[in-house]
Amino acid sequence: MVTTSTRIAHPLGLELDHIDHGYTIGGVFTPVLDDISLSIAPGEFVALLGPSGCGKSTLLRLIAGLEPPHGGTILAEDTPISGPGPDRIVMFQDPTLYPWRTVRGNVALGHDIAGRKDQASVDAAIELVGLKGFERAWPHQLSGGMAQRAALARALVNDPRVLILDEPLGKLDSLTRLTMQTELHRLWRDRGFTAIMVTHDVEEALLLATRIVVFSPRPARIIADLPIDLPPHRHRDDPRLLDLRKNILTQLGHSADW
Amino acid sequence: MSSPNTPSPNQTADTPSGQTATKPGTSSRRPLLPWVAGPAWFLAALVTWRWPDADDFPDTNQLATQFCAIGLALTVAAVLRRLSARAPWAIALGLGFTAWEIIQAKLLWLPRPFFGTPQDLLDVFLTDWRRLGDSLLHSLGLLAVGYGIGAALGVAIGVGLGRSLRFRYWVRPLIRLIGPLPPVALLPLAFIIIPSSRLASEALLALAAGFPTTILTWSGVVAVDPAYYDVARTMGARNRFLVLRVALPAAMPQIFVGLFMGLGVSFATLVVAEMLGVKSGLGFYMQWAQGWAAYPNMYAALLVMSLMCTGLVTLLFKLRDRVLSWQKDGLKW
Ligand SMILES: Nc1ncnc2c1ncn2[C@@H]1O[C@H](COP(=O)(O)OP(=O)(O)OP(=O)(O)O)[C@@H](O)[C@H]1O
Ligand SMILES: [Mg+2]
Repeated sequence: MVTTSTRIAHPLGLELDHIDHGYTIGGVFTPVLDDISLSIAPGEFVALLGPSGCGKSTLLRLIAGLEPPHGGTILAEDTPISGPGPDRIVMFQDPTLYPWRTVRGNVALGHDIAGRKDQASVDAAIELVGLKGFERAWPHQLSGGMAQRAALARALVNDPRVLILDEPLGKLDSLTRLTMQTELHRLWRDRGFTAIMVTHDVEEALLLATRIVVFSPRPARIIADLPIDLPPHRHRDDPRLLDLRKNILTQLGHSADW
Repeated sequence: MSSPNTPSPNQTADTPSGQTATKPGTSSRRPLLPWVAGPAWFLAALVTWRWPDADDFPDTNQLATQFCAIGLALTVAAVLRRLSARAPWAIALGLGFTAWEIIQAKLLWLPRPFFGTPQDLLDVFLTDWRRLGDSLLHSLGLLAVGYGIGAALGVAIGVGLGRSLRFRYWVRPLIRLIGPLPPVALLPLAFIIIPSSRLASEALLALAAGFPTTILTWSGVVAVDPAYYDVARTMGARNRFLVLRVALPAAMPQIFVGLFMGLGVSFATLVVAEMLGVKSGLGFYMQWAQGWAAYPNMYAALLVMSLMCTGLVTLLFKLRDRVLSWQKDGLKW
């Protein structure tokens, strides 16, 4: 298992300071992020919730360093982020596996880039996401959920200091989803990285996160920032969870009667 | 990954190949066709040997022996059950040679120097194999150097065009100006400004192979999903990795289309360059044969050339199947 790995990353803290961002679509400038300020402590598990298209993935791209923000700064341990780096690993919304690499080759991508040889951690990550036996499969031979799990394994082998997850379990069936949630939670506790996860599933956010940030529709502003002061082992039927869930759904503009 | 056997046309759905049909334990019929292949060639041998020639042709008995040998080989193949899928073709060829032998060598229906007999062709191979082989080697050598350089440059330039704005700014106009020109149009110029005709031919072949390879590599690299780069970049990949390990493999299907097209243009350029320039190789042999009205030699050279071209295309497709084994399906050559 991955937990036998001796490398335990020390988590990275992040400071987002008045972030603005936008895109020009069809000649019209569209603001996407509006004055986002957020301070993420090392080792936190932050869940980002917000309506579709509000700018969550965009914010993750900025944190990853794939694009510079139009306004504001992002500090990682007091140094401004100037580009992508292997301390901040992203699991993208789409699996984007390389079709010319087998599952094993895809999971080993980070090792190849860094020039490391570490077959054991690759196999461990593949086993962790339940893809043992599919090491030699090509991506086109995987189901959507399997591809997503392979992408999760590819992110995990890098021992990131921040793991950035964009709807990591979105394509999984509800049972696999439960297992993966447990695994994700265990990994986060064992390895102690900082986790930032976008999800559409309020319950998932409540089960995993130490803090939930809720965004407005585009351009995204932070409309709620809720610490979840619950013990790490949470139960789905915990009444405090149900209360929080109601609260968040109201923030997101849903009636929470059902 | 791919099965090399092409299915024979008269197979039914429940017997996917002759081998499964004769598996022990199954009581289905043994296919008959493989047993006909040998006799078809024995017939060709018999006709060649017993039916008197219409004229004094060389090597008639030699040819009969060859036909006989092929018939024997096919019979052995049938016994070993190695002939199932190719049997119809083997039969058709045997009957075809028989017909050719009858029409031309025995009845002499077609005007003579332009249309040869099978024994004429065999005679060329028996007497002139050294020069034919030498020409083949020359052609192959010229192709290897010219096409090799052109293909390598094409991939490199295509990647440059796809990845670097400054490179694209300077190189694209040149490509647009020179690329679409048929390489043979540059032949006269090349022979003037390049002192060695061999070097000039190699340069033209490189141009012939390079243009399609460049364009298709370029389009392949431009079409790479930017998300592929993002994935590698977040893991700390530098430009070198992005080019060699992301852009190149992602563009590989397109690159092979370019390499294939380049090979075709190279063949055309090769023949013209050999006829007009280097004075060696199969193209030159053919021109010489035509000049001396040695038509059988021309047919022989044509046959060798066609085998060379199809062999090289097959080689390229084999390489493609290896490199692109990750693709779901590709064209089967
Ligand atoms: N590369 C881009 N070019 C132009 N516009 C973009 C680009 N990326 C995102 N956008 C725009 O930014 C807005 C936010 O997109 P983003 O992907 O961040 O949304 P999201 O919150 O992740 O949505 P979802 O939950 O559906 O994934 C959208 O309106 C989208 O059209
Ligand atoms: Mg998104």
